[in-house]
Amino acid sequence: MNVGLLTLIVLLIAAAGYILGRRRSLQTANGDIRHLHSLPGYHGQSVFLFAAVPAFLVMIVWMLVQPLLIESRVAGMIQPSDISEGSSLSLVMADVRRIADGLDVAVSQGALTEDQISNMRADLTNIRGRLAEVGIAIGSDVTQDVFLAAKEFRAMNRIGHIAMSAVVLLLALAGAGYAYSRIAPRYRARNVSEWAIEALLIISSTVAILTTVGIVLSLVFETAHFFQLYPAQEFFFGPIWNPQFRGGSDLGILPLLWGTLYVSLVALAFAVPVGLLAAIYLAEYASKTVRGIAKPAIEILAGIPTIVYGLFALITVGPLLRDYFAQPLGIGSSSSSVMTAGLVMGIMLIPFVSSLSDDVINAVPQSMRDGSYGMGATQSETVKKVILPAALPGIVGAILLAASRAIGETMIVVMGAGAAAKLSLNPFEAMTTITVKIVSQLTGDTEFASPETLVAFALGLSLFVVTLGLNIVALYVVRKYREQYE
Amino acid sequence: MSVANATAGAGRPRLLQADRTRRRNAAEARFRAYGIAAVVIAMLALVFLLFSILSNGLSAFQQTFLTINVHLDPAVLDKTGSRDPEEMKKVTTIGYGNLLKSALTADLQARGISTEGVPSKEVDDIVSKEAPAQLRNMVLADPNLLGQTIEFRTYASGRIDGYFKGRVTMESAALDKNTSPEQLELANRMRTAGLLDMAFNWGFIFGPDSSDLRPESAGLGIAIIGSAYMMLIVLVLALPIGVAASIYLEEFASQNRFTDIIEVNIANLAAVPSIVFGILGLSLFINFAGLPQSAPIVGALVLTLMTLPTIIIATRASLKAVPPSIREAALGIGASKMQSVFNHVLPLAMPGILTGTIIGLAQALGETAPLLLIGMVAFVRDFPAPPPEGFFDPASALPVQVYNWTQRTDPAFVERASGAIIVLLVFLLTMNIIAIILRRRFERRW
Repeated sequence: MNVGLLTLIVLLIAAAGYILGRRRSLQTANGDIRHLHSLPGYHGQSVFLFAAVPAFLVMIVWMLVQPLLIESRVAGMIQPSDISEGSSLSLVMADVRRIADGLDVAVSQGALTEDQISNMRADLTNIRGRLAEVGIAIGSDVTQDVFLAAKEFRAMNRIGHIAMSAVVLLLALAGAGYAYSRIAPRYRARNVSEWAIEALLIISSTVAILTTVGIVLSLVFETAHFFQLYPAQEFFFGPIWNPQFRGGSDLGILPLLWGTLYVSLVALAFAVPVGLLAAIYLAEYASKTVRGIAKPAIEILAGIPTIVYGLFALITVGPLLRDYFAQPLGIGSSSSSVMTAGLVMGIMLIPFVSSLSDDVINAVPQSMRDGSYGMGATQSETVKKVILPAALPGIVGAILLAASRAIGETMIVVMGAGAAAKLSLNPFEAMTTITVKIVSQLTGDTEFASPETLVAFALGLSLFVVTLGLNIVALYVVRKYREQYE
Repeated sequence: MSVANATAGAGRPRLLQADRTRRRNAAEARFRAYGIAAVVIAMLALVFLLFSILSNGLSAFQQTFLTINVHLDPAVLDKTGSRDPEEMKKVTTIGYGNLLKSALTADLQARGISTEGVPSKEVDDIVSKEAPAQLRNMVLADPNLLGQTIEFRTYASGRIDGYFKGRVTMESAALDKNTSPEQLELANRMRTAGLLDMAFNWGFIFGPDSSDLRPESAGLGIAIIGSAYMMLIVLVLALPIGVAASIYLEEFASQNRFTDIIEVNIANLAAVPSIVFGILGLSLFINFAGLPQSAPIVGALVLTLMTLPTIIIATRASLKAVPPSIREAALGIGASKMQSVFNHVLPLAMPGILTGTIIGLAQALGETAPLLLIGMVAFVRDFPAPPPEGFFDPASALPVQVYNWTQRTDPAFVERASGAIIVLLVFLLTMNIIAIILRRRFERRW
């Protein structure tokens, strides 16, 4: 019985329990709903829950534990002599699993019968050839021990599945029966069902924590693995980035960090003045109509996917900068450059800076403006001398958030900044960033044992730590500021 | 309003402006100009961006088609004469290719179009390399066509298409080893004769991707299906989880250590770079849980985790907007806390929740970086199966397909990539308009 069918049957039992439970609750109250503590539907729900929840929990735990138990048992059957030169136990075990799967396929296609399999011996029959006929390719020839292990693997798996089905079905029926027998007018079925719903709500809200834990664990484990293969000091202070797939790579983060910071700096140098001035104009000067048109238009920029900006950098801005600036001035010949990626990323960041600054400027109390005008200041003097100093912490927070966006941005730099890791000051030269190298080290055929691949996790961890730090500081600054005027 | 304005009377100034006042007025005007300039720069950037994408990409929806008469000779295509598709599969695309070549030559002769000065290979190259496979599939699907002379409509090759769209010129053709000015002249003559024509290309929207050599037949079909599968799973997972989490945090949770940790986590997850989610997906869902690479299910799980914070933030805001009097009224007539939330507060908050969900989905639809890491850049030629099996089949996604095409060498793919962006933007626009309409239609002010 496969898992889908089992799930369906358990659900059917639970649904039947719901209907029966509902009906029985009405019967116990002699059809008069006022005698019941809970509405009939809640009685039905409690039967449903008692039938389904324990059964599914056991099923999940069983499915997680069974492979581990079988694996360790079967691994014990493999002799050291079965592991050929250059192979390992885990590779042999992978073969065992493939053979077991192959036998299942062969049986289902009718190429082999169960009797034939139990009589088959690896030293007499060409197992590899037989399995290849049904479309299963085994990496090496099959020894008798491995074949026996595979047969044992199949047998135990089958027993495990049958036992699981039996236990799960029994539990579902027992749960339904137990809950059904408890139904009485005074039974607090609503409390049971509400308790279950609240548990569900709490579990859902922990998904956020689990995601963070997942991110941190996956990054930290692989990074630790990387630092066993490659010295941490050379990673953090190495000035050369030169991965070699034959080994002997130089994997220093400094050129990538420099590229990241340089691109972000160019982007912020463009986005901060434009975004801030636009926010000031829209908040202090613009008429209602202008504001009504310009503000949503600028916010559209925030809704455009980064791949669109990437393509814009690649096919429009890059060639434009190369043909009209870099080549005439003789300072670069590449269309992907720090300037290209920085400018386009700057466009992307304008709405981040402007809408957050807009919020904080609007939060400055009107009385402060009125006071300034009363003293005879012009509007621009009021903005510069009163509003900006008052809103400064919030604006700094907005800039920090924009910086964290810029550092973590991927597609624009992948398509606009280039792939050469360099430590150079010329903004019209192609440089590369941390995110670009994460993409290039992890796409394509990757092998998770080499430092060239694992370095991506160390890069990812560095990125995560930097952006997290910036976010925390930014949120702290913004929150601190908000309290001032509340 | 300001001092400076008061000094400027009608006609002749009543007061002479002091030097300092003039400076202050000038500074005021300058500052104002800076503000206007900033707004204009931001709007121009938007216009320039959209213009660049549209002008590059709109032509991708048009395509040059070639229509020729092909005699499907049974002696070549079905040597045994059995009309059995299994038997006929023995004739490969090369056989059909030769058939097409002779059909084209014959058609050109019949219409009196001179091919003088054009090498025969270049004449053949006018037909897309995809055409033999198309013809073969057509014949295998309907063996009765054998022996007939059919009007066969197929793509012209990418260079010819580029010539009619202005991407390939006579000058660039002279330097290109894949085409020549003579070939383009021939194409001109064929167009006048009606053999070549431009038409809307449905294949671009519904067809599968194609290899580097045949940009003319590359389509978005698999990418659109992949994206649709992912959005479906994201919706099914993220909406219930997000709403449940928000209800707990907003309505039930007491202010304690545990809820504080959740709040901080949600705020931070919203700002974690998307590529980090890609790393999470790679190590958790592919390496640890053993899900297949390039599958929509993995992409959807990653995007779900990314969308959750958006949905949670929107849902909490709209739950907060429901006035406490509603809850109190429900509790007052004997509803439990849970009943008041699910039967009264949640329905009232629903428009806001749906708006937030659609915006979250729109973000997820445009997300690229995490999908690169879980292998969705792979070249996929076969359509995924219908759900639920199809969730585990390799597929592409719209934004990833764009990236994929920008990495190809043939310049014709740049046009395709921009065209794909237009399709993506149309989807995003539709979703956002739905969100705005929902908000307008159901928004309630208390």
